[in-house]
Amino acid sequence: MRILSALFVGLVFGVGIAISGMINPAKVLNFFDIAGTWDPSLIFVMGGALLTTFVGYRVVLGRPNPILEPKFKLPTKTVIDTRLIGGSAVFGLGWGIAGFCPGAAIPALGSGKYEVLAFVVALLSGIWVANMIQTKQSDKRITA
Amino acid sequence: MTGTETEFTPLMSFAGGVLIGLSAVLLMFFQGRIMGATGILSGLITGGVPGDKIWRAAMVVGMIAGPLLVLGLTGQMPAVEVPISLPMILIGGFIVGIGVTFGSGCTSGHGVCGLARLSPRSFVATLTFMVVAFATVYVLRHVIGA
Repeated sequence: MRILSALFVGLVFGVGIAISGMINPAKVLNFFDIAGTWDPSLIFVMGGALLTTFVGYRVVLGRPNPILEPKFKLPTKTVIDTRLIGGSAVFGLGWGIAGFCPGAAIPALGSGKYEVLAFVVALLSGIWVANMIQTKQSDKRITA
Repeated sequence: MTGTETEFTPLMSFAGGVLIGLSAVLLMFFQGRIMGATGILSGLITGGVPGDKIWRAAMVVGMIAGPLLVLGLTGQMPAVEVPISLPMILIGGFIVGIGVTFGSGCTSGHGVCGLARLSPRSFVATLTFMVVAFATVYVLRHVIGA
């Protein structure tokens, strides 16, 4: 049930990314290019996604628990630190260079284009390296 | 590096956005989790219990099947145009991977789920990556590429 539901959730997400145009780096980069070939479509993607999630979360989180788990696992961190801001800035830099964010690149693999595969391999190496660094840092903090 | 025009698609973009939001709501309904591409991928390639990896892999498979379903229904593969060179793709991909890990999320986790929960952390993160992405494209296309 967990696997089947995850497959379905992924499919809904993938279709959404595909028809919204987020799947197309040319379109995403044009959204960021206000001074040039601006394409404001992505405002509508964000609008549709936020509206649905905002309302849907209020309905779902009003339930005592999710269907497949004993309780909701919501992020508990509240601190706004240099790691959050620095990391997000670095992400913005990469997004502006390549035009892909992680959630758009995975469905884009379905296009079979080698450029997408190259991006995803580089993305996974980046995530892996950053996880290694973070693990080392937290080890140091524990032993210190 | 200057861009070529892409078609303004407010209706399809809004509809796609609704589906992206729906998937986030469904994952919260089923598993009580935030729908974040960063978290899904990170859990897939680092540590964790094997049982945890199977549903993550299933979700990735579903995501990849998304555009193929669109192809099946409409007879047309959604456009994926990559207007940059391979070295830039690799550099961009690696940088995105570093950034989303330290920043604890990306467009889906912070930009959709976090903002919908009115999380101040996600608001700061989303504002930061959006502003930097705008600035990056401006510099690449109009300062260096001019």
